[in-house]
Amino acid sequence: MKRKYFAYPYIVWMILFIAAPMLFIFYYAVNVDGVWTFRKCWETLTDLQKWRVLWVSVEIALATTAICLLVGYPIAYILSNMKKSVAGFISALFFVPMWMNFVLRTYAWRAILEYALPDLFGIPSMTGTLGAVLMVLVYDFLPFMVMPLYNTLSKLDKSLLEASRDLGADGKTTFFRVVLPLSVPGIVSGITMVFVPAITAFTVPALIGNGNYNLYGNEIEQAFKLLAGRGDYSVGSTLSIILLVCVLVSTAIMNHFDKDKEGGSIL
Amino acid sequence: MKKWICFALAALMLFAFAACKSDVAVDDETYADGDQYEQIGGELNVLNWGEYIDPELIDLFEQETGVKVNYIEMTSNEEMLIRLRSADSIYDLCFPSDYIIEQMIREDMLQPLDMSKIPNAKNIDPKMTEITNGFDPGNKYSVPYMWGTVGILYNTTMVDEPVTSWGILWDEKYAGQVWMYDSLRDSIGVTLKYLGYDLNTRSEAEVQEAADKLIAQARIRKGWGTDDLRSTMENGKAAMCVIYSGDAFVSMETNEDLAYAVPEEGSNVWFDNVIIPKTAKNIEAAHAFINFLNDGNIAARNTEYIYYSTPNKAAMDRLDPYFTEDETYNPPQEVLDRCEVFHDLGDFTEVFSKAWSRIKSSN
Repeated sequence: MKRKYFAYPYIVWMILFIAAPMLFIFYYAVNVDGVWTFRKCWETLTDLQKWRVLWVSVEIALATTAICLLVGYPIAYILSNMKKSVAGFISALFFVPMWMNFVLRTYAWRAILEYALPDLFGIPSMTGTLGAVLMVLVYDFLPFMVMPLYNTLSKLDKSLLEASRDLGADGKTTFFRVVLPLSVPGIVSGITMVFVPAITAFTVPALIGNGNYNLYGNEIEQAFKLLAGRGDYSVGSTLSIILLVCVLVSTAIMNHFDKDKEGGSIL
Repeated sequence: MKKWICFALAALMLFAFAACKSDVAVDDETYADGDQYEQIGGELNVLNWGEYIDPELIDLFEQETGVKVNYIEMTSNEEMLIRLRSADSIYDLCFPSDYIIEQMIREDMLQPLDMSKIPNAKNIDPKMTEITNGFDPGNKYSVPYMWGTVGILYNTTMVDEPVTSWGILWDEKYAGQVWMYDSLRDSIGVTLKYLGYDLNTRSEAEVQEAADKLIAQARIRKGWGTDDLRSTMENGKAAMCVIYSGDAFVSMETNEDLAYAVPEEGSNVWFDNVIIPKTAKNIEAAHAFINFLNDGNIAARNTEYIYYSTPNKAAMDRLDPYFTEDETYNPPQEVLDRCEVFHDLGDFTEVFSKAWSRIKSSN
C-alpha cells in the first residue's frame, strides 16, 4: 500500500512540467491581454494560410516516414538475421551518433552540404532545397524506425519461418505472408516514432532549408516572435493546440493498428 | 610536496586574476574631457543585444561609480518586450530599436529621461537627433546608441556591375546566390522601396504586392538568413545579401572582395537607442550609465569594438579615418536623404505578419 508514495515525485513532476504548461497553452489561446475571448482563437482556426502550412508539414512528415520505412525495414530485417554480436555492433553504429545532440548533428549536416561537398567536388551547395531537408530528416529519424522494427523482427519465432518453408512457400511468399504481417506492431510504432517528431520538425527546415520551407513548428515560432511582443500569445497557442490534436489523432490511429501493444513496449 | 604544488597553482591563479583586473586600468584617455564620475553604488540590470558593448567599458563603469552591472543579453526586440512586460521585470536599462521605442512610448512603458543628468547627450550629432525625433518626438525618452542602414552586401568577384537598385535581388543571373534578411520589416521593407512605396505603408494592397514580389523571387533566393549571413558572405558562398551596414562593415574587413551599397530607390535607416523602462529601480545609476556611454572617448572605444556606427559627434572626431572615411560606416548625406526610419504600425502589424507568413510558406 505504501509503495504508491514512490510515485509522488513523478506525479509532482508531471503536474509541474506537463499538465501546467498545457493549461497555460489553453489559457493563452482564449485569453488575450487579460480578456476572455474566442475571437482570436477563431480567427486563427479559420485562417486558410495556416492550414496550408499544416498540410505541407503533413506531406513532408509522411514522405519522411515512408522513406524511413522503405530504408529502415531492410536494414532491420538484415540485422535481425545476423549473429547477435555482429548485429549489436552494426546497430551501435546507428545509435552512437544519436548520443550527440540533435541540433549539433543538424549543424554538421549544414557544414557538409554548404561547405564540404561543394568545396571537395565542385558541386553547387544543396542547402535550401526540399531534397536536402528530406534527407536530413530521414537521417535524423531513421534510428527511430530501425529500433522498433529490429526489436520485433528479432523476437520473431524462427520455427514459424521453418514451418512456412516446410509447407512449400518460397522466400518471397514467406516474407509477405509470414514475416511482414508479424512485424506490423514494429512497423506501427516505427511510423509513430518517426511521424510525430517529423511533423513537429523545426530545426531542420530552418537550418538545412535556409528558411525556405516553413513547417508548422516554424509557423508557431513566427507567431510567438511577431505577436508576443504585442502581448498576443493567442495565435501561437491556438496553433500549438491544433498540432497537439494532430499528434494525438495520428497516435490514436496507430494504436488502433497495434492491438497487442507489441511495439509499444519498447517506447 | 603536493600541498606546495596546490599552493603555487592557487597563487598563480590569483596572480592571473589580478593581472586580468589591471588590464582595464584607468588611463588618461578614458577620462573624456576630464569628467569625474560620482560614486553611486547599488546594482544596475542592463538588457542588451549580444556582443553589443565593449565588455571592458562595463568594468570601467563599475570601477568609476561603484555600481555593480548585471549585463543580460537578448536576441530580439520582441523578447525584450516580453521581459519588460513581465510583472517582476528587473531591468533598469535597455537598447530597443526605433519602431519598438515608438510602440513603448504609446504604451507608456518608458521613463522620461532627466537630461540634466546626461550632460554628455550634447555630444550626439544634431543630424541624428533630427531623425530619431521621428519616432521619439523631442527625444524625451531615448538617446541614440548605434545606427546604420540596410543595404546590399555583394561579392565583387561574382557581381561585376554596380549595385544601384534593389532589382538586382530579382536578377535571373544570380539565381541561387541571393540571400534575404530573415526579418519581416526588413525584407518586406526593401521590397516596398523597390516598388516605389513607403516603408511604413498602411495600404494592404501595397503590402500584398510586395509579398507577391518576394514569392516570385523563390527561384533566385537561396534562403533567409540573419547573423549567419556574415560567414556565408565572408566565405564567398553567395553573390549578395540584404544586411545591416554594421555587419557589412565587419565582413568587408574579413573579405576584401565584398562591397556594400544602399540602392538608389532608398532604404531604411535604423537606430538602437538606450531607454529606461518605467519599472526601473536604479534610475540614478541608469542615467549615469547613459551619460557614461555618451562620453566622447567611451563612445569611440565602444564603436571601435562593435563596428556599428556611432551617432556621437565627439566620438566621430576621435575615430580613425578608417572608420570615418568609410561610406558603409559613415554614409554620406545623400544616402541618408533617401532613407527613412521604421514606424510602429500598431494594429496594421497583423497585415504585415499575415503577408510574411504567406511569403515564408510559399515554397
